[in-house]
Amino acid sequence: MTMENILSLPVKPPQPAQSQRWLGWLLRHREASLSAVLLVIVLGTSLVHPNFLSAQSIKDIILNVSIIALLTVGLTVVMLMRHIDLSIGSTLGLSAFLVGDLFSRFPHVPVAAAIAIGVLIGLLAGAVNGLLVTWGRVPSLVATLSTLYIFRGIDYAWVGGREINATVLPENFAVLGSGSFLGLPYMAMIAFGLLLLLAYYLKNFRGGREFYAIGSNHEGARLAGINVAYREFSGFLLCGAIAGLAGVLWLARFGSVNASSGNGIELQVVAAAVVGSVSIAGGSGSVLGAALGALLLAVIASALVILHVSGFWQLAIQGALILLAITGDTLLSRMLARQTVRRNNHV
Amino acid sequence: MSSALPGIKSDKPGKRRFSLSWDRMLVLMLALSLIFGHALSPAFLSNDNLGNLLAGISEYALMALGLTLLVVAAEIDLSVASILGMASGLLGVLWQAGVPMPLTLLLVMLMGIAAGAFNGLLVTRLRLPSLAVTIGTMALFRGITYIMLGDQAVASFPQAYTEFAMNNWDGTFLPLTYVFLIIPLALAFILLLHHSGFGRMVYAIGANHTAVEFSGINVARSKFWLFVLSGAMSALAGIVYTLRFSSARADNGMGFELSVVAAVLFGGVSIFGGRGSVTGVLLALLIMGVLNNALTLYDVSNEILTIVTGLLLLSSVLLPNLISRWKESRRKTAAAVIT
Repeated sequence: MTMENILSLPVKPPQPAQSQRWLGWLLRHREASLSAVLLVIVLGTSLVHPNFLSAQSIKDIILNVSIIALLTVGLTVVMLMRHIDLSIGSTLGLSAFLVGDLFSRFPHVPVAAAIAIGVLIGLLAGAVNGLLVTWGRVPSLVATLSTLYIFRGIDYAWVGGREINATVLPENFAVLGSGSFLGLPYMAMIAFGLLLLLAYYLKNFRGGREFYAIGSNHEGARLAGINVAYREFSGFLLCGAIAGLAGVLWLARFGSVNASSGNGIELQVVAAAVVGSVSIAGGSGSVLGAALGALLLAVIASALVILHVSGFWQLAIQGALILLAITGDTLLSRMLARQTVRRNNHV
Repeated sequence: MSSALPGIKSDKPGKRRFSLSWDRMLVLMLALSLIFGHALSPAFLSNDNLGNLLAGISEYALMALGLTLLVVAAEIDLSVASILGMASGLLGVLWQAGVPMPLTLLLVMLMGIAAGAFNGLLVTRLRLPSLAVTIGTMALFRGITYIMLGDQAVASFPQAYTEFAMNNWDGTFLPLTYVFLIIPLALAFILLLHHSGFGRMVYAIGANHTAVEFSGINVARSKFWLFVLSGAMSALAGIVYTLRFSSARADNGMGFELSVVAAVLFGGVSIFGGRGSVTGVLLALLIMGVLNNALTLYDVSNEILTIVTGLLLLSSVLLPNLISRWKESRRKTAAAVIT
């Protein structure tokens, strides 16, 4: 029984208990509770240190979170189907280095072409994962753990000991990572634009709803006539493409890239998605929640820095937060399910 | 039906026959990789080199033993490497504070047990998915290690202990840790999983959680103890690692978790649970160790090995699937011809 099933149980009007309505609302609008937590942290920190709300500090946070948020949004699509993609960090590294290498060999490549090539590399990686999962029937955890190694290995083999640094990047490309328009960094605009597009698609389009259906009940989705393999393949494709794009942005933001860029980022991304209420059991969650999860982790990280909490505490707090988010989510949805059952028995 | 891991869809009956011979395949692969190593470099079969090879996989072996049981029971523990790090950190802090070594080791093991119990409680009491829980505790435990140690390193461990961790049994290629710890523990795990009622139950839980529950077995309690076991083994791995390098640092064993998972899966343990063997996992680790060692001796850089690891892991699941697919399609064609 996943969240979607619970929520789609008929709500019988006469008198829903007050507490139940509140719980149900909270669950349906988990983005709201995440935003509330975010607000409390931001306000609390800025009360102690007004600097926290300075334009520069906000811009830094947004720049830092853009890439992780982007990856989290892509991974969410895969996680909705009860799958996982651990290879995103390797895909990001591969795309970042190959595009950087392209610039160092052909300095006059148009920026749009560079982005397209990054996305293409991501699409290829996603296609490999998608094929392994759908055609090869390999569980996604195993398939993407393997490709995590394979893509990273290809990256190492290609790179050797080389390193791309900012000097080979053309000016108009580097702007992508640091420039802004009306105070909004380009990178954030790209991430936010994609986030809105995907959120709208997942909520309102048949294809988008199918991701949820597959994760809620794989067999049911198949029986309802959904082309599950096609949908799964396209989910991995999308996630890969986003990782490829994130690689290009990574290159633009940091300038220097070597063979281990983005190593280990996949678990951070899974953590952000989980904090953002994307269920690891599939069928439940939203890209907006996932992005908020990423933002929350980033804001907490910079709040700790500004409050002079030793950086060594950061990881432990992050871990505690992940556990809290999973526990809270699960217990809340179970409480709601129990109450729904009880009320239906009374009527 | 319900399983805690994502990406789990269905069990293919066609895999079973193949998985019976997977252990034998691994033996063959190990033999080939040993020959390969010997052909690449005459130094490969020297006692020193084989000792290094074995020592290099000793922590992975300890963690993999505990993890094998968990994965057979259709759960997972991604916090193993963080527990290794936390054990290393606590060992350093306690020793530096002047706590006598035997007491320190005892406390470190208790901490590992507590960490495993924490994972187990969250998974069994609150019924949370183990993948999510242990991603959380992976960050939490590593974070606690950073709080304990910061960026300092503790080095000066007593010589008697570090020598035990570093040296081979006189005149052989076996490290002392293997003689006194890893081999006896591996035997114990083989007995536990393959020759005891508890082991049979672990398989049953992985194969059909609900049926076991209905037959009156307390599944939650068994799973809880599996997490405790995994925590204890990881703490032991932390002790071995710390003494072997005579260094306690907060980033010890960072990122080992995925390699351990890879070894367990390559060893033929099904991520669906209910299938796999301890010997398979140990063979898989040996193969990975031999290839790593041989390629390093031959001056092939680690990058090739990364690809090899990925391909091995992938082929362990993909090949049986493709074979059963091929058989299926052949059966269909045969049926079509007859009608």
